Amino acid sequence: MDSKVQSFPTHDIAGRPLAISIRNVSQCYGQAGSAQAVVALDNVSLDIGRGEFVCLLGPSGCGKSTLLNIVGGLVAPSAGDVTVDGRSVRGEPLPRQVAFVFQESTLFPWYTILENFRIALKFQDIARSEWDSRALAALDAVGMAGFARHYPTQLSVGMRQRVNMARSICVGTDILLMDEPFAALDEQTRMVLGEDLSILLAKTGKTIVFVTHSLAEAVFLSDRIAVMTARPGRIKTIVEVNEAHPRSPDFMLEPRFSDLRNELYALLRNEIRQAVAAQRDPETGGEVSS
Amino acid sequence: MSRSTFSALVIQVGFLAILGGAWYWSTATGSVSKLFLPEPAAVWLAFSRLVVTGQFWSAVRVTLTTIAQAYAIALIVGIAAGYLVSRSRFLIDVLEPFIAGLFTIPITLFFPMFILFFGIGTGSKVAYGASYAFFPIALNAIAAFANVETHFLRAARAMGASRWGTFRHVLVPSALPVLLNGMRIGFFICFASVLGGETLSSIAGVGRNIAQAAELMDSARMYAWIAFVVLTAITLNLLIGGLERRASVRGGGAW
Repeated sequence: MDSKVQSFPTHDIAGRPLAISIRNVSQCYGQAGSAQAVVALDNVSLDIGRGEFVCLLGPSGCGKSTLLNIVGGLVAPSAGDVTVDGRSVRGEPLPRQVAFVFQESTLFPWYTILENFRIALKFQDIARSEWDSRALAALDAVGMAGFARHYPTQLSVGMRQRVNMARSICVGTDILLMDEPFAALDEQTRMVLGEDLSILLAKTGKTIVFVTHSLAEAVFLSDRIAVMTARPGRIKTIVEVNEAHPRSPDFMLEPRFSDLRNELYALLRNEIRQAVAAQRDPETGGEVSS
Repeated sequence: MSRSTFSALVIQVGFLAILGGAWYWSTATGSVSKLFLPEPAAVWLAFSRLVVTGQFWSAVRVTLTTIAQAYAIALIVGIAAGYLVSRSRFLIDVLEPFIAGLFTIPITLFFPMFILFFGIGTGSKVAYGASYAFFPIALNAIAAFANVETHFLRAARAMGASRWGTFRHVLVPSALPVLLNGMRIGFFICFASVLGGETLSSIAGVGRNIAQAAELMDSARMYAWIAFVVLTAITLNLLIGGLERRASVRGGGAW
């Protein structure tokens, strides 16, 4: 390890290894100080340990997706630092360390499912001899092995999102960033996929940052939930969920689950009202954003 | 074959049969002058005499070579220009209306200039065909490359795709259907321009022979040439349509 890498935090105060460290990150769109300037994120700091599942929960437009894109290097922050595995990220993705799952399917419709996996592995410079075995193993893990030769448009939205998940897991990064991956699904499909994700991830030991606005999803999946304020996005508080992975659907029936869910709702209620008001009246600083 | 495609085919064949019948009937009854419209048998005779001559094949060779050259230039320049313009929103805003505007001007008006600059030989027809076909190819290339879904580009970037990898596996397959549409329109414009140019002013080629037969009032021979052009166009249309269908089903290719 060279001296440059060591200058970034690699462990938290308790000495546990860090996967992601977000320090004083702000994001401002437009000219700072001008009337049109929008502060999407305001001085956000968060440390995420290895193997941790952290949800970013907040009202629409609070900058949670922006924060995820900054961590993944798709967007450079206006201020602050992000380190991933001790390496600084400034608007350059780290495909060896970080994989994404987006809200909309990013399977290329001109390739079959298997070809989509091959292309992802090719982009990651993984040896050609490993492509098909890894792809089929990943598809098998999400119960989609029978669809390797199908085109994405031949699958339902839920199946496509399953395949997107499998593709991001199969590239073998330690960190997975998921931007509302189940938002376009109906509630029942969403619950089944959530359970499958919990089982799958318990096996891989990956570090996950998961953006959602679903309270139940956040409680069911997370080790920690970072509750964000309405724009400008700040971290309001962190809620811990002490429950081992993989989690069974029975967890949702426990009083502890609804207590946590209610606690989150109480924390968010005013933020949601503020976000909705800001969308109605852009003059107060809010603007409609997804 | 479904019922609707079957009835469509019946109507299409029926339409052609009525057209042929009208041709036969109007010439057989003598209601149309043979100078304007010779009977089908005379055209068939002229056609069978024509195709055995060396003059026929050398004219066809000249025309096809001219079309191939004009189309190759239009493809290379049109796709390259379209791609380069599509890379910047500003360039699209500046150049796209300009190219679209120029395309509405009949370039035929400038045909004498092409003769002046490139001579009476095939050069002027190559330049004329290439200029005309450039527009639909470039316009479709701009639309094709500019409208690639941003979430595919973002995903490719997140997966660590190189510039070439993104071009090869995301931009090109995504652009292909619209690009092919422009290429098809461009091809038929090129085909029509070269033949038109040859008919207007040239020393060789199929168009020149059509003009010559008309000047000599040898209408059976003229219709035989025209029939040949029509058959060629139909064949090419079917061929290109088939290629396009294959490409739109499978936009990928070798790894």
